[in-house]
Amino acid sequence: MANPKPRVKVPKKASKGEVITIKTLISHPMESGQRKDKEGNLVPRQIINTFKCEFDGQLVFECDMDPAVSANPYMEFNAKVENSGTFKFTWVDDDGSIYESENKITVE
Amino acid sequence: MTFTRRQVFGLTAGAAAFVAVAPRISFAATDDTEAAIKAFTGGAEPATGTVTLDTPEIAENGNTVPVGVSVESPMTADNYVESVLILAEGNPSPAVATFHFTAMSGAAEAKTRIRLAKTQNVIAVAKMNDGSTFIDRKEVKVTIGGCGG
Repeated sequence: MANPKPRVKVPKKASKGEVITIKTLISHPMESGQRKDKEGNLVPRQIINTFKCEFDGQLVFECDMDPAVSANPYMEFNAKVENSGTFKFTWVDDDGSIYESENKITVE
Repeated sequence: MTFTRRQVFGLTAGAAAFVAVAPRISFAATDDTEAAIKAFTGGAEPATGTVTLDTPEIAENGNTVPVGVSVESPMTADNYVESVLILAEGNPSPAVATFHFTAMSGAAEAKTRIRLAKTQNVIAVAKMNDGSTFIDRKEVKVTIGGCGG
């Protein structure tokens, strides 16, 4: 499987106490375990089951995903920023792989 | 009694709107969905309101249906939305996703894209930090199903 590539959109700057919108997308087939291949065998389930967003080690948003989430899972959510810091995004695959991405934000 | 052209149009539109709304009145959830809601709320019957589900009325492709959910809440350290459960009644397995928020989220809103097997109700159940629960349902018409194939 191609290596999943996370793409994250976080504003570079924000004012103190502002609620910002974060958009994330990761390329992943999200194999549901319902689909059959040409021979009629079930394709085994392989999805990203957890997505997490942390700000300087503090949890901001977390999502448990089931097979009904579309391929290339997209997430849009909010975060309130009080000070400059780093957002850390983590995706956990069914096979145990972890994909990560980090984004800095400056608060003025 | 005679109708003017304008009145006829108004009546037809009104009737069409009623027909479109009518199926939503009967909330016939499947057993699996009921069980999932019960497990999430801890047996309590969720109230309506507060949580809003944003779905398209018609989804042409069931493989990627944009779904948004927002919950009215001040999102402070002692009054915030803990989690929101998204369910799709007509899917082979109703569970779709669970969002967990914190006071750091600022606003209890999230958007994602989901798979829908057929025309069905999508359900959002929100749980507050004080344990109260709220529910919203929306019907989504699906032209091409997004499972199997």
